[in-house]
Amino acid sequence: MAAAVAAREHGVEDVLLLERDQHLGGILNQCIHPGFGLHHFKAELTGPEYADRFASLVKEDPNIEVSLRSFVVKLTKDREISFLRPGSLEEIKARAIILATGCRERTREMIQIPGSRPAGIYPAGLAQKMVNMEGWIPGKEAVIVGSGDIGLIMARRMALEGVLVKAVIEIQKTSRGLVRNVVQCLEDFGIPLYFQHRISAIHGRDRVEKVDVVKVDDEFKDITGSGFEISCDTVLISVGLIPENELLEMAGAEIDRKTNTPVAKDVNLTSIPGVFACGNACKVYDLVDWVTRDSMLAGKMAAEYLKAK
Amino acid sequence: MKRIMTCIECPQGCRLEIEADGSRLIEVTGYKCKRGSAYARQEIEAPLRTLTTSVLTRGLELKMLPVRTSGPIPKEKLFAAMQAVKTLVVTSPVKAGAVVASDFLGLGVDLTACRALNKL
Repeated sequence: MAAAVAAREHGVEDVLLLERDQHLGGILNQCIHPGFGLHHFKAELTGPEYADRFASLVKEDPNIEVSLRSFVVKLTKDREISFLRPGSLEEIKARAIILATGCRERTREMIQIPGSRPAGIYPAGLAQKMVNMEGWIPGKEAVIVGSGDIGLIMARRMALEGVLVKAVIEIQKTSRGLVRNVVQCLEDFGIPLYFQHRISAIHGRDRVEKVDVVKVDDEFKDITGSGFEISCDTVLISVGLIPENELLEMAGAEIDRKTNTPVAKDVNLTSIPGVFACGNACKVYDLVDWVTRDSMLAGKMAAEYLKAK
Repeated sequence: MKRIMTCIECPQGCRLEIEADGSRLIEVTGYKCKRGSAYARQEIEAPLRTLTTSVLTRGLELKMLPVRTSGPIPKEKLFAAMQAVKTLVVTSPVKAGAVVASDFLGLGVDLTACRALNKL
């Protein structure tokens, strides 16, 4: 939305905004906690409030056409897009394209936690959507793997919803999340945070029953004799995000295999002229305010590209 | 008694050094803006938190409406507030900022909608 608004401000006449969900706002819709917008709006907003402000700007502008429930299935290097929306497959050719496709979550499989595969193991962001948007509480007693912001915020959210959050397990020596989140999400609720620990196994036949936890040394090797068990019926996995650039890859752009981000000499650029990537698809941000700042720059860059052509 | 506290007012998370006598603040250092000193005082005297959660809806385009308290409430009231939120159901369309429950639990703050929701 920020890129669309900025593109219009810089003279682009006709913008089409494709959104696969039924609402604008993306992941902000499920981030109901406060802390957004301190820089951009000089106010502490929740995710939905932050999204709502941009949605109003987008809706005010008749030259930004919003197409909801529109799923892009194909992108070519000549900037041809195919997308599905209810009842039709549409094909269009754009003069410039900005991808704002965000991230996917890393899953349990990607960090190789041994054990059985019972119900009750969720990526933290999925659990966030279940609790905040669907009103489904994933379990009664939870252990959270990873102390990034999503893990910390979900620890508080679950505790508020009456779930007994027994531990947050972090393999590193420090939290990747913001210090304020360690304080207001864990310390406020008396949730223990174990640094330099990892889950060595998940047990349970149909449903998670318990997890094995072990302390690790500086080389992430298990320390013998340090293991203990935590009984729980739910495990949330919050171990990082992977930029979602499948469309860019399909179009033949160069992608860094390690970070899954576009290879280019500057922020928002890709190896295909006229195709830009912004927000978490370009690099993983910790503050939405910086996503907005750089995405507005992407809108401006697209406008300048069109003028130069 | 001296203690260390992390300011939670913004993502900077300043490290505050506090000197307090029980619930009376004597001195605070380490903050980078005036919100930090105000936070330290409040946190020593009576900690406050803003509650954000979701309320069940019926007949609206989303199953849950995100809501917040219009101002911070005493930290020890968070669970009582969550209990009260669970008894609410929103059935009419709302605009962003609309009051869902006024003077929530008699705490002097409103429970307000964080987004607009229309009829299904």
